[in-house]
Amino acid sequence: MADAVQKPGNAAPAKKAATGAFTPAGVSPNRRSRHKYTIRLWAVRNSRFFEWFYHRFAEVFLLLHPVWKLFGYQRVERPITFVEKHVKGFLFDCRMCGQCALSSTGMSCPMNCPKQLRNGPCGGVRANGNCEVEPDMPCVWVQAWKGSQNMAKGDAIMNVQKPVNQSLRETSSWLRVTAEAAAARETAANAGKDA
Amino acid sequence: MAHLDENPLGPHLPLDPLPGHSSMGRLERVLRRGEFAVTTELNPPDSANPEDVYERAAIFDGWVDGINAVDASGANCHMSSVGICALLTRMGYAPIMQIACRDKNRIAIQGDVLGAAAMGVCNIMCLTGDGVQAGDQPGAKPVFDLDCMSLLETVRIMRDNSKFLSGRKLTTPPKVFLGAAINPFAPPYDFRPYRLAKKIEAGAQFVQSQYCFDVPMFREYMKKVRDLGLHEKCYILVGVGPMASAKTAKWIRSNVPGIHIPDSVIARLEGAQDQKKEGKQLCIDIINEVKEIEGVSGIHVMAYRQEEYVAEMVHDSGVLKGRQPWKREPNPVDQLVAERIEAARSGQQQDQQQLAEKAAQHPH
Ligand code: SF4
Repeated sequence: MADAVQKPGNAAPAKKAATGAFTPAGVSPNRRSRHKYTIRLWAVRNSRFFEWFYHRFAEVFLLLHPVWKLFGYQRVERPITFVEKHVKGFLFDCRMCGQCALSSTGMSCPMNCPKQLRNGPCGGVRANGNCEVEPDMPCVWVQAWKGSQNMAKGDAIMNVQKPVNQSLRETSSWLRVTAEAAAARETAANAGKDA
Repeated sequence: MAHLDENPLGPHLPLDPLPGHSSMGRLERVLRRGEFAVTTELNPPDSANPEDVYERAAIFDGWVDGINAVDASGANCHMSSVGICALLTRMGYAPIMQIACRDKNRIAIQGDVLGAAAMGVCNIMCLTGDGVQAGDQPGAKPVFDLDCMSLLETVRIMRDNSKFLSGRKLTTPPKVFLGAAINPFAPPYDFRPYRLAKKIEAGAQFVQSQYCFDVPMFREYMKKVRDLGLHEKCYILVGVGPMASAKTAKWIRSNVPGIHIPDSVIARLEGAQDQKKEGKQLCIDIINEVKEIEGVSGIHVMAYRQEEYVAEMVHDSGVLKGRQPWKREPNPVDQLVAERIEAARSGQQQDQQQLAEKAAQHPH
């Protein structure tokens, strides 16, 4: 349906078509045109609270380490991933990259950036603070900068993030962080014993 | 008088590496010497004809220290930056190869970096790249496997640690001078200087900025940059360029992401008799203003479809202060190629039959 009325947004394909530029039919890079960003933006506004809450939550998860070990991290992976995906999906529009960076990005999920930038805004941010690619979406990184300003450890936004390991997609970041923390704790304890 | 950046044993020989330099290129030498550098951008041809590239590069002869080979800028299809660099290095130009993260994943990019360095590319610019929606193929799959920051870090690791991102060893690391882009004219404005700091941390040694039309805004940015001491860790080249008319300026403002053009600029163009000339004059005025700002090490002239004006504007603004940039850079493999050609010319004809027999007897 090439002649269907195109929605505004996505650098206005209709306007672009009017200039004679090539616009493929039926392609809507503006996948989220009906999406409301209310909850995501609310989470960024309350980034300080979420930071605090996540710390408590991570502690609890670490306390439960023996439980995870008892059942086996492999086996709890599926249910935990299910919960994580839905909770974080609801709050942050989480994309389950499996290596959560929310605490370094002002509680604004960087995987929602159409370019999936993990290190700060691209040069195309619109003057009104919206995204270059999706004109109706507030730029994820403008939000991230705002969110990081509220946070106690907001400076983490200055760290250079490693490239995403795509093989960790759709796995639980919570469990990974817990397993790593537990392992670090054990090596520290062992080192203490040896000394 | 021999040129400053010339091998004392003869201009046809490659330069010796200097201590503390990460590349053997002349752009790095010029910048490290504290001279005002000028770089520009080659308009990539939509053709498979090498002459098109040579022609477009020839206009810059003797006026610039580096030529950017753009990587499908604006997400529009053109000849690839690797291809342009191959042609330019073959002719002895000093290209700055741009790599955009939009079209290639980390496997392709690391391969390209090695290939480029082998061809004699001394400067690499790491960019995120415009979104595919901006170009002529909005239906393309955006890759964005790395972002400009992790790309910088990847190339830096390849160069300094002789390793791929995976940790596998390289036998010869790519000796390149690393560049990045900055855009001080897009929100979040107060984050922008910190983002530059991040880029420097990731490996950027020089940066080229987006078109600067708003000098007061740029001054503000540079003040922050100086406060953070970043201008000492990285060479900052300001992006400038002529606007053909007020209409183009308006079009660019509303259609090209990330370019900020204040109303005053448009008013000035509109009020002029000859808008094209005024656009050029405006560009020269901006060059003259930004070159005085502390911490600015050069300019990057982007004169899309007006490349013939670059020489004129560089001349009229007098930024080179009489210095003449080196025109042709010897390629490290020049001699090898010459020998090969010589051998092919003087050597005996290959006998296919004989070769086949020889090969048949040698199982390896
Ligand atoms: S404008 Fe913001 S959200 Fe959009 S691509 Fe750039 S950084 Fe990502």
